[in-house]
Amino acid sequence: MNRQAQAVVLLLLGGAVIRACFTDLYLNYVKEGLRPFLIAAGVLLVAAAVMTLWYELRPVPRAAATGDGPGQPEARAGGHDDHDHHDHHDDHDHHDHHDGHGHHEPRVGWLLILPVLGLLLVAPPALGSYAAGQAGTALASQQQPSDYPPLPEGDPVRVSVLDYASRALFDKGASIGDRRVQVTGFITAGPDGQPILARMVLSCCAADGRPVKLGMTGNAPAGLADDTWVEVTGRYSDRIGRDAVNDAEIPYLDVESWRQVPAPKQPYE
Amino acid sequence: MTPETPAAPDGAATTATVDAAAPDVPPKVPPPAGGAEPRRWLGDRIGSVEVLAALLVLLIIFREPLAGALSTPRLQTWTTVFVSVMVQAVPFLVFGVLLSAVIAVFVPRSFWARALPKHPAAAVPVASAAGVVLPGCECGSVPIAGSLIRRGVTPAAALAFLLAAPAINPIVLTATAVAFPNNPEMVLARGLASLVVAMVMGWLWLRLGRADWIRLPRRPELDDASRGRAFWAAVRHDVTHAGGFLVLGAMAAASINVLVPERWLQTLADNAVLSVLALAVLAVLLSICSEADAFVAASLSQFSLTSRLVFLVVGPMVDLKLISMQAGVFGRRFALRFAPATFAVAVAVAVGAGAVLL
Repeated sequence: MNRQAQAVVLLLLGGAVIRACFTDLYLNYVKEGLRPFLIAAGVLLVAAAVMTLWYELRPVPRAAATGDGPGQPEARAGGHDDHDHHDHHDDHDHHDHHDGHGHHEPRVGWLLILPVLGLLLVAPPALGSYAAGQAGTALASQQQPSDYPPLPEGDPVRVSVLDYASRALFDKGASIGDRRVQVTGFITAGPDGQPILARMVLSCCAADGRPVKLGMTGNAPAGLADDTWVEVTGRYSDRIGRDAVNDAEIPYLDVESWRQVPAPKQPYE
Repeated sequence: MTPETPAAPDGAATTATVDAAAPDVPPKVPPPAGGAEPRRWLGDRIGSVEVLAALLVLLIIFREPLAGALSTPRLQTWTTVFVSVMVQAVPFLVFGVLLSAVIAVFVPRSFWARALPKHPAAAVPVASAAGVVLPGCECGSVPIAGSLIRRGVTPAAALAFLLAAPAINPIVLTATAVAFPNNPEMVLARGLASLVVAMVMGWLWLRLGRADWIRLPRRPELDDASRGRAFWAAVRHDVTHAGGFLVLGAMAAASINVLVPERWLQTLADNAVLSVLALAVLAVLLSICSEADAFVAASLSQFSLTSRLVFLVVGPMVDLKLISMQAGVFGRRFALRFAPATFAVAVAVAVGAGAVLL
């Protein structure tokens, strides 16, 4: 991969990252807080690409005029390129000894096309029911019952799946009382085959995504395909299930009503 | 190397010829003054840029079947995990590379001679402790360590820094404290164990390491008299180089994430020895960034605290994406020795720390 091709790949990578930041695609993969760093990194990648092309394509005579100092840029550039050619010649001839690394221009850089394709062409969706079925519910740490602040105002009160589940498990529902709560998550198959509500929780990126699972009793949604997003309203239930994957407890929600909703902008909690 | 093969015209251009032809390609660059007559190869008109363009056009044409092939839940999850590991790592990689380029180009060699103790054995703990101040992922620290060695820092100290920086920086320790609200001793155990592993590995390198295991690629552009040119050349090279190996590591991590269901671990959790080994191996395979691994460890609640400490100590120091990047930056001979040694030391120290502190 020569330098111009490297510059093109860096340009694509930087562009793909910046685009993902402005289309909210990045929320499928990382936390919202990473956005400024992603944009900065994308801009730097584009800058590296532009500077590479600038140094590569800049006509040598003009370099002497606009370059970084009077004197020998021309000779310097000449000597530099010469050196490069020599390196490549070496690489080629002793290819077998080099064993794929130690190259001056890294061939492994071709692989950087893959994340570009992933972001620009494939744009995979957020983790869903498949990932949720693979992993145990995240609320497994044996927390002591601690003081949960009272629920915010509202009837029903909107809470996150994680918030409801931890209040239901570690607070035995005391801070929920008989308030009506509303949670949003996607449908996935529970341990007993019944649909349960799940939401993935990220701490960094989707590689560490873990599901929070919530069983549903009462007027539970039925007949929905996996990965359908629903908004569920209901009250605390003291029923507890068990996650077959990590043997952790799954709290339940006594559902009063539910409706199908589009996937939220932020798929993770 | 597969990406370039499908687009290689009539199969004539093997990887080697494409690579060798590469420097001859740029037709827009006038032959440098005093430069040699560009050599002619069979594929002298088909260089990296042309291959890249053809590849991209093909991919855009075949976008629909490609997306269709990736739509099974398992492959889709694989793609999501792969892309998100890359997206997560890109800022750390880019900032790490920038810092390493600054070290390589702008920080004079004399600075390191003054900043670090003269004696290599004394430089190791100083370099390990310096890891505390650099909040970053492991992906950034590999090119930085490469730059440090290039600038004359003793490899033992640079390697200690490489191991310490991702493991004991404030962000990671804070994340650990948040993930283990009922076990604050976990933070202390993780910090101390990681620091000890970094120093032990530095000293081990002084005793047993051989300089010729580290094969840093020649980088003539770093000596370019134009600082700007050298700086951007270093950034470009390190991002494509370390980034390429990061892609390899991310693919491996995504495969493990999809192929190893968590319920397999359940059966190992009850045995004290097996659980330590299982989580140590899992830390290597999963390649989760060090800022997030504490949360994953917290969710592995069926395992003992000691085995989860092993997970936290091993993860930032040895994992698939790090091994891949180390093999790229320092050479395969180095990575084949360094990674297993670090793994063994990290497991031993973490078990010891677990026995004393947890």
